[in-house]
Amino acid sequence: MEKQYAENRIKSRISWAIATALAVVALFAAFMPFVFMVFNSFKGKFEMLTKGVFSPPEKLNFTNYQEVLSGGFVRYFGNSVFVLCLSLLLVLFIAACAAYPLARFKFRMNGFVYALIVACMAIPIHITLIPVFQMTKSLGIYDTIWAMIGPNVAFALPISVFILTSFMMGIPKEIEESAEIDGCNKYRMFFTMILPLAKPGLSTLAIYNGVNIWNEFSFAYTLTQSPKNRTLPLAVWDFQGQYSMNTPMIMSVLTLTVLPMIILFIFAQDKLVKGMTAGAVKG
Amino acid sequence: MLERGMAYMKDKANSLGGRRRRSTNIAALVFLLPVLLILSVFIFYPIVDSFLISTYRWNGIAAEKTFVGISNWIKLVGDRDFWFAFRNNIIIMVMSIIIQIPIGLAEATFIEFVGKKGTVCKVLWFIPMLMSSVAIGFLFNYALAANGGMISAVSQLFGGGNIDLLGNKNTALMTVIFVIAWQFIPFYMVYCMAAYTNVSEDVYEASLIDGATKGQYFWRIALPLLMPSIKSAAILSMVGSLKYFDLIYVMTGGGPGTATELMATYMYKNAFAQFNMGYGSAIAGGMFILITLLSLVTMRAINGRKEEE
Repeated sequence: MEKQYAENRIKSRISWAIATALAVVALFAAFMPFVFMVFNSFKGKFEMLTKGVFSPPEKLNFTNYQEVLSGGFVRYFGNSVFVLCLSLLLVLFIAACAAYPLARFKFRMNGFVYALIVACMAIPIHITLIPVFQMTKSLGIYDTIWAMIGPNVAFALPISVFILTSFMMGIPKEIEESAEIDGCNKYRMFFTMILPLAKPGLSTLAIYNGVNIWNEFSFAYTLTQSPKNRTLPLAVWDFQGQYSMNTPMIMSVLTLTVLPMIILFIFAQDKLVKGMTAGAVKG
Repeated sequence: MLERGMAYMKDKANSLGGRRRRSTNIAALVFLLPVLLILSVFIFYPIVDSFLISTYRWNGIAAEKTFVGISNWIKLVGDRDFWFAFRNNIIIMVMSIIIQIPIGLAEATFIEFVGKKGTVCKVLWFIPMLMSSVAIGFLFNYALAANGGMISAVSQLFGGGNIDLLGNKNTALMTVIFVIAWQFIPFYMVYCMAAYTNVSEDVYEASLIDGATKGQYFWRIALPLLMPSIKSAAILSMVGSLKYFDLIYVMTGGGPGTATELMATYMYKNAFAQFNMGYGSAIAGGMFILITLLSLVTMRAINGRKEEE
């Protein structure tokens, strides 16, 4: 008994040592590319080639950043903010509108409509890409920031409706019932009761959809052409054409595009993590 | 269906309950109208339109379209490049499930066992998730570059030469798979951490009191309890891998040759680089059908097993 206990202790020590070693390896693997990006973004074009890629920069050299920021980066950023805000507002409002009857009303088509909306979660965007491209052209909004709004909203809606419906089902019914007796109709109920009560669900969705819309690439790439109308994920793409041989410059563009997320992570870590995994629902 | 619904509503409208039901129906319609409108315009109509376009030969710009019937589809069924791309999708799918979920689970378990001290790990391990696919693609393009990349630098440290992982046909796909793993492991880590919160603290303490080691606790108690979450993680990973586009398009564009071609990149190239809208639509349609079929089969398999239990 004593011997076995000792054996177990040795075994567990060894397995802990292995686990810790692996954890350290995983830390390096996760963090090194990031360090590579940030370090090199401060280097001069030749400093990187002569000093090696892993060395910290000699000094905090902001010239790359200055050049990127004066080279149209602000425009991409502004476009991204605009597309994000408008898309997000529409998604949250429309999803809340849809989730309310699906969670609360008894009507014949309820199950069918819900299934129809939720089934859209599995649809690959590529099946819509060509028709949406044509539609955008014939509407005359090709190569404007308006082009991205519709597809962004449409592909964010199914999961948003799915999450909000289950959230609204969890809101206690008693409040509404008493309001209904007082003669409150369904429309007033939605704006005065349901929307405020659904705030926690809406804020989680805002983060989830916000991150996705902020990073959206395929539609932005297909539906816009000129740098002045493009969003942030394409800034890297366009800058690469300009500075393809200048790795530090690209790294500073990358660092700048990640910066908003880093700031969000520092100040609202728990909310961000929770929001980003909101999409992990059982299909 | 709608007409019948209207007639039904008319019959019932006379009674008080009927009037109430009618106002509920109208309210439901008002609230659901925006979502149905948007989905119709940007998802339902485009799907139908894609299948229609797939019966034409068309460059997307000229007014004239040539109706070619199902010849695009016949071409697709016999198109080696498409099936090779599908094969790549399947490889990425299987490798993603094999690599990402176990490592994510291991990281979550480590954090679970270490407790508060694990916060540093938690923060650093999460970092890849802050970057978009496009940013990750570009970062690794440079980090893995033969000239001035990280891997080459390490290799030189040990006296080796430059290594071009992405430019080599034999290593490109595996390299891309590891970059995808780098991107998504944090997601499964957070996912498994959330799953762990459902395993009650009491079970953990009780098992330790009963003399179980942490290893025994993990394999015999925690893992079976986490299994349902792991299964749905696998479904998520599966559907995601079949739709994969951004990162690969940015990193390799499907190359070198067709080594990392995916259904989505193949479709994109045909439609928007060669302006073959008809064939591009057929590829997109094929991709849509394959994804739907695979998802249905998997769901059926997993739900069927649930019924047996």
